[in-house]
Parts: sequence; structure tokens; C-alpha cells
Amino acid sequence: MGQITLDKVSKSFGSTDVIHAVDLEIEDGEFVVFVGPSGCGKSTLLRLIAGLEDVTSGRIMIDGTDATGLAPAKRRLSMVFQSYALYPHMSVRQNIAFPLKMAGESKDSIERKVADAARTLNLADYLDRKPRQLSGGQRQRVAIGRAIVREPAAFLFDEPLSNLDAALRVNMRLEISELHQHLKTTMIYVTHDQVEAMTMADKIVVLNAGRIEQIGSPLDLYRNPANRFVAGFIGSPKMNFVEGDAARGQGGETIGVRPEHLDISTTDGAWKGTVGVSEHLGSDTFLHVHVDGQPTPITARTGGEFTLSHGDTVYLTPKAGKVHKFDGSGLAVR
Amino acid sequence: MATLQTKSAARLMMAPAVIALLIWMIVPLSMTLYFSTLNYNLFNPAQTPFIGLTNYRFFLTDPAFFTALTNTLKLVAGVLAITVTGGILLALLLDQDFYGVNIVRLLVIAPFFVMPTVAALVWKNMMMNPVYGTIGQFLNWIGIGAIDWFSAYPLTSIVIIVAWQWLPFATLILLTALQSLSEDQKEAAEMDGAGPVSVFWHITLPHMARAITVVILIQTIFLLSIFAEIYVTTSGGPGLQTTNLTYLVYSQALLQFDVGGASAGGIVAVVLANIVAFFLVRIIGKNLDA
Repeated sequence: MGQITLDKVSKSFGSTDVIHAVDLEIEDGEFVVFVGPSGCGKSTLLRLIAGLEDVTSGRIMIDGTDATGLAPAKRRLSMVFQSYALYPHMSVRQNIAFPLKMAGESKDSIERKVADAARTLNLADYLDRKPRQLSGGQRQRVAIGRAIVREPAAFLFDEPLSNLDAALRVNMRLEISELHQHLKTTMIYVTHDQVEAMTMADKIVVLNAGRIEQIGSPLDLYRNPANRFVAGFIGSPKMNFVEGDAARGQGGETIGVRPEHLDISTTDGAWKGTVGVSEHLGSDTFLHVHVDGQPTPITARTGGEFTLSHGDTVYLTPKAGKVHKFDGSGLAVR
Repeated sequence: MATLQTKSAARLMMAPAVIALLIWMIVPLSMTLYFSTLNYNLFNPAQTPFIGLTNYRFFLTDPAFFTALTNTLKLVAGVLAITVTGGILLALLLDQDFYGVNIVRLLVIAPFFVMPTVAALVWKNMMMNPVYGTIGQFLNWIGIGAIDWFSAYPLTSIVIIVAWQWLPFATLILLTALQSLSEDQKEAAEMDGAGPVSVFWHITLPHMARAITVVILIQTIFLLSIFAEIYVTTSGGPGLQTTNLTYLVYSQALLQFDVGGASAGGIVAVVLANIVAFFLVRIIGKNLDA
């Protein structure tokens, strides 16, 4: 079981408020991703759940019991740190066995559980190595191994992939998702990378400046962002925002259109502009179009075979029903 | 990076320093070796006949030699035990964040800047003196009664004085080691269910192993040649109870005026120091390569 409830949880460091009265329900077996820009309080929130920081006010419930004042070890949670935090003087085997040893389990059961974890994570050949003899991905797996042997109520991941190179990150992303399918344990995952959030999460929690901006499934956030911040944060490349007369004509202070929801034409359309930089990815081309009267260029996605060069005139038309409208305070108008 | 040219240039640049150091070492060593084979006594410095290894035979069969050897080892072992344990504890304390920690750190380091002779005199006259000494007065006050440290526990007294001087060094090195321990590792251990004692035993202490090795190696080198503290407090006495090898060599040369015998003793001390260093490097030096 791993049901976690946050009830008006706040955290201040001195006079700085980092988390403002956060309410959150995490169901058993859910993969929840906390996402937000750096400094938004997502790591702090995770550390509050882990018990590594004390809450200033509010309650944290794990499986229905109040865990607010419990020591980290008593909360039955495991954490994977960004730096992996492996014990450098211990072998992989000793690292994975450490939580079991601290729990005072018998030698036989420790050996069996370590062997199980090593098999799940493909670490069987490395058990007698020291962490410094392992690659980044292997270290990451050892850190996960150390977390799973305890059979925790929930796993906490604190930006676990940010020290890996891009290719390995994609791999580990899949491995963690598969591990979640296999273990069916609650996982809370902190990242600043919205691609990780979109690809892995059952439920995304978007945080900004210590407040929850929106909670929802990845597609829900993509389709119906509650405000301008979420709209701009979820999706890659970012949503385009248009202000002024063009927006008021559609019934909002600001309107937002995703690059993939713009039709491009060389003859006619709603907005006229000139092509600036075009980024060719093979599968897609991203055009940065300077539209008359708009301070920042508008990004539009088109197929990989589309050829337009710098300085060409294009017309952009938002697809019907794909325009997001926001009022003066940035909230979505539905 | 290192081309042939930069390598030979580097050698050329280093040569003067290396040669100077070599001469610095070789000349006194060979002089000592040479004197150790002569019957060279300051009562009769005009006559210095060659007598082979007789000086060594006299020095090694002198009952004082064995006493001095044991005293040297006891001194080293005692000071190391106190400074390493005390250093670890003090480092743990100073690693905490409390009000005025910077001033306390400064004060802890202070004894290291006091000259050995001064430190020993302060201890002898102001701390350990049974009549005027602070320790004696304190012991009187709590009803135990003053102790005449230098006659009752002479070697222990020396160990205490020397340990007081070297504690800051050990603390400083161990504190820097402690501060380089990543917070994540401690937190990970905490999440893994380790209490403060387990964290210290399984995480902190192994992390400090290398620094502890450095402290032991460096201190041993200096502790083998303790002299000033003994000279100004007990002068090697009572009897031979605080005579270590260095002091024995000194008394041969400048109290008994036997330069030949003292030279032989000096060479013996060099050989013994090398044996100790060899074993130390063998036993704990492997901690250093990582």
C-alpha cells in the first residue's frame, strides 16, 4: 500500500515561504511526477514527504496514518537521489544490502533479496564492484536496487536522470516505467524536464513558486491547461502566446496556440509573417516566424520535407478548436 | 601535454632544488656514519681513533637503549590514540552548526601555534605542578588530592602534553574530511533506517579512513623525535622513565660527551624510524591509493 495525502503542507526557511499550503492526494500504485522550473519547490516537497525536512505546518498522511512527525526511516519510503548517494566504500552488494542490514534481517533473507533485486535490474555481474567502477547508468540502477529491496510503500525519485547523458536518459526512463509496471508501487518522481513528466506519469503535478498550478493526467494538461503557466510549461516546443487585437477577436486577453496546431500556407491565412530560423529535425521542421505586430517569433511545426528559407513570407492559421484563451490574470477561459 | 621538451625543461628547473636537498641530507648522514665509527669523546677531541662497530655494540647493549625504545613506542602509541579518538570526536562536534562555531574552531586550533618548549613549561608550572598547578588545585577542591604528575606518572604526563599539542592538527585534518562528506549519503543512510551511531560507523568513519591514515602517518614521523617537551619537563627522568631514543642520543652526546656513541645511536634511530615507516606504509598506506 502506498497512499499519500498532503493536507495544507507549508514550508518556510526562515522568513522565505517555499511551499504554500499544498493539498495533494496520491493514490496507491500511481506514478506521480512533480514538475516545474528550478526553484519552484518540487524537491523540497519531495523531501517533506520523505521526512528529510520538517513541515512548517500541515499534515502528511501515509496510508491513512499521520506521518508528519515520523523519522524518515519509519515512513516506509525509499528515495533515489540525484547524485545517487551510493556508499563509495561498499560494494554494490553491500550497498543494496545496507537497508536490510539496518533493519536487522537475517543473512539468508538479505542474500535472497539482493539477488532478486540484482536480477530485476541486470546488476548480477557487478555485485562485487565498487560504485566508482560503474558507469552512470549502472550507478543509477544500484541506487534503485537499494530502494526496492526494502519493499517500500512508495518510491521517491529526486531528478534521478539529470546526471546521465541524453541517450541513457531515454533508456533509464523506459526502465523506470517498466519497473513501475512490474512492481505496481506508488512512485513520486521529481523532474524539471516536461518530456520526462509527459512520458512517465499517470498524474502530473505542475508546481510554480511553491504552489500547485494544476494536477492532471499528461494529456489532460496538454489539452486543457488551467492557466498560462501550465500551457507554456507543458508541450515542446512551447506554446505560442499572442496578445493584442488578434487575441481580443477570439475572446481573451491572450490566446495560446501550440506549434503543432498551426496551419502553414504560402498564399493566405490569419497571420502574415516572415520565416526566421528553421530547425530541421528530419521528422519535423520547426519554423520561427516573425509575425507582424508580435514582439516574439511564433513557432510552427510542419513536416520534415517542408522547405522554406529564411526571409520567405508565410501565413499561419490556428486550427479550429485548438486555440487556448486566457484572461487578464492568466487563467484559462473555457 | 608533456612533450619531450617540457619534460627536460622541468628536469632542468627542478635540478637545483633536488641537488640542494640531496646534499642537505647526504652530508649530515655520512658525517654521522663516519663519527659513529670513531672513539670520539669531547673530553679528548684531539684523539679520534677508528674503532669499527664498537660504538654500536655499546649503544645496543646499553640497558638504557631498550628502555628508551619502549618509551618511544609508548609515547607514539599513546599520543596517537588520544589525538585520533579525540580528533574524531572534536571534528564531529565542530562540524555541527552552533552559535560561535567559528570562534570555537579558532580556539581549538590555537595550541598548534604554541612552541613545544613554551607549551611544556606552561603545563609543567601552571597546570601539573602539585602546589600551584590548576589541575592540582582542582583535584584538591574535589577532594581527590593533588598529584605530583612528573614523579608519579612521568611518561603519561609527557603523553598528555604532546597530545594536547597535536590534537588541533588531527582535528583540523579530520574536520575537513568530515565536511567533504556529501549530505546526500547521510540522508540516504537515514532513509535506509540507519540511526546516528550506524551512520557514524558505516558512513562517516569509512569516509574519514583516508584522513585518519594521513594523521597517523604524519604524526608518527614527528612523534618519533619528540625532544623539547621531555627536555624542559623531566629531563628524561625520573631515572630513565621518560627517556626516548632522541633524548638518549642527546644525553650520550651532550651529557656524556660521547660523540661517537651518540652518532651510533643516531644511526640506530634512523634505521628504527625507517622500519616503523615501512610497516606503517605497508599496513595503512594501502588506504591511500584509491
